[in-house]
Amino acid sequence: MTHATTTDIQDDRPRIAPEPAKGGLSSRTLPRWSPIGFAVVAIALGVGISLAAGWHSRIQWGLISALLFLAVSYVVTTVVENQRQAKDRLATSIVWVCFLIAVVPLASLLWTTIVRGSERLDGYFLTHSMAGVLGPEHSGGVYHALIGTLEQVGIATVIAAPLGLLTAVYLVEYGKGSLAKAVTFFVDVMTGIPSIVAGLFILSIMLMAGIEPSGLMGALALTILMLPVVVRSTEEMLKLVPNELREASLALGIPKWRTILKVVLPTAIGGITTGVMLAIARIAGETAPIMLLVFGSQLINSNPFEGAQSSLPFYIYEQYKVGEVASYDRAWAAALVLIAFVMILNLVARGIARWKAPKTGR
Amino acid sequence: MASTTPLDIPPAPPETRSRPRSTGRAGDKVFLGLSRGSGILLLVIMASIAVFLSYRAYLALSENEGNFLTTFDWNPAGDPPVFGIAVLLFGTVISSIIAMVIAVPIAVGIALFISHYAPRKLAAPLAYVIDLLAAVPSIVYGIWGALVLVPYLEGLNLWLDQFFGWTYFFEKTEIGAARSLFTVGILLAIMILPIVTSVSREVFLQVPKMNEEAALALGATRWEVIRLSVLPFGRSGIISASMLGLGRALGETMAVATVLSPSFLVSLHVLNPGGGTFAQNIAAKFGEANPLGRDALIASGLVLFILTLLVNGAARLIIARRKEYSGANA
Repeated sequence: MTHATTTDIQDDRPRIAPEPAKGGLSSRTLPRWSPIGFAVVAIALGVGISLAAGWHSRIQWGLISALLFLAVSYVVTTVVENQRQAKDRLATSIVWVCFLIAVVPLASLLWTTIVRGSERLDGYFLTHSMAGVLGPEHSGGVYHALIGTLEQVGIATVIAAPLGLLTAVYLVEYGKGSLAKAVTFFVDVMTGIPSIVAGLFILSIMLMAGIEPSGLMGALALTILMLPVVVRSTEEMLKLVPNELREASLALGIPKWRTILKVVLPTAIGGITTGVMLAIARIAGETAPIMLLVFGSQLINSNPFEGAQSSLPFYIYEQYKVGEVASYDRAWAAALVLIAFVMILNLVARGIARWKAPKTGR
Repeated sequence: MASTTPLDIPPAPPETRSRPRSTGRAGDKVFLGLSRGSGILLLVIMASIAVFLSYRAYLALSENEGNFLTTFDWNPAGDPPVFGIAVLLFGTVISSIIAMVIAVPIAVGIALFISHYAPRKLAAPLAYVIDLLAAVPSIVYGIWGALVLVPYLEGLNLWLDQFFGWTYFFEKTEIGAARSLFTVGILLAIMILPIVTSVSREVFLQVPKMNEEAALALGATRWEVIRLSVLPFGRSGIISASMLGLGRALGETMAVATVLSPSFLVSLHVLNPGGGTFAQNIAAKFGEANPLGRDALIASGLVLFILTLLVNGAARLIIARRKEYSGANA
């Protein structure tokens, strides 16, 4: 008995540390390419089973293959190596499968939008409105919605950016005590307000004051959604500004407000710009408040202060609702325009952030 | 080296006051007033959201002839007007739970993938792509869900009905396209993946390297390192990330409004088309609503507001407590 135990221990030792065990000096290990092998086997089996059972949905094929992949790699590793290595490999496989499961729908979303959107997207589409266009007709465009989005988002930015900036300055440079704590907490909570609730809030004001729907009302709802995002990102950026800069400026006898305006804000301006642009990207895609407050229009209305307007996301929803082939094409094309707008804003914003990142004093 | 915490800024030197050409004091006062004012304005906005919604909701509820909480109907234009949120509350909660059950494990997996498994060169671009996906507007998810996902899910639905129909949940008793709460749950899961992933990833990256190295030095495999040091450290982070995701899922409007074929029924057969959520109901009923109908929708919006407020508030409290804890640990 004792003899057997000692050999067990001797056998076990190299396996405990995974790295040296890879060399395969004393214990059996699977080759490095084995996960790929398992994947090939699992996919082949999965496709085979699905074809045999006559399933058509690719989702089923993928799920079966994923489950087989987990099972095969676990069993083979248990047999060839040991239980602990098998668990480790199972975890690795699960993590990879999770990643692939998530990539598939997201890639499909982008791919569909690009392929279906580019069918209809051209100069005509961008420069014409829907005036006089019936649902099934293959004409019409997105110009009125573009104008609406740009104006509403522009107004929201003009209100929310300075307000958010000042609030962040208050929190970082002045904020102490219960007021600052309350503001911090409610900024966080405000980030989670559903866009439709922001829309309903402005709607209830409109109902009380008897205001007609207009682009401005939509912009006010967007402001509520944008404000917390701007505050949060600006706050993070101001916190990154090294204290030595503030102290140096104050030591020269510069009053605090000038220190903030001339030293702190310019140092953080890159990050603040990034935050504002990301916030714009977020609100540009909001549909619900526009639906409640701006009402939608097929015509060009470039006055955001009076009358119904349209906006890109609402246009997509309208065209989807029409339910004709031509209107689906218009919806996809508008979706492509919207995604391109949002993505470009994101990329530019992150580019600025990298380029202008403040030195953190390290 | 030098502390970068913003809290220990020395107050403006008092000597400026005694100087003859001092212009700082008035400027400071104005600036402080402006910035404190915008902070207060933010609180006022939050408060007035609650007040205005409550007032309009009160107007609607005083006309309601049904029980607001238990009525399975939405007919504020009828005589007498009857409407209730039972179906909406049920649909909102069920679809969000389905979304959480699917999204949270996968998101934690992706976060681990990015922080611990992916080849290092791949990790940063992947994190970047996930963040970009968070920016895809919900209406685009909506038309993708309705025009691409729904047809694809028919097969899966049949399959679930065939093999898991005995669980009651997956029994499909009505024929129809997959415009069900289950499909909505899947779509919501896809939509909240990016946010849950990025918050969990941040937490996993903050795990003290010493803990992981200690586990490795004891001969732990990579999974054991994660189980022993990463997951215990990140647990509260995962919880709050999930709740942030839940907050999004609860209030999602357009994606649900495009995918779901609504009906005022409560059914645990999640594969059957039908059901409704707060936000979807507002979007669907707003167009033809009469004045009382609008107030009724505002009342249901108030319930949604309170729901998301509770969920988000709880998530933030958990994060805040964790910050203190990890601050002491750093």
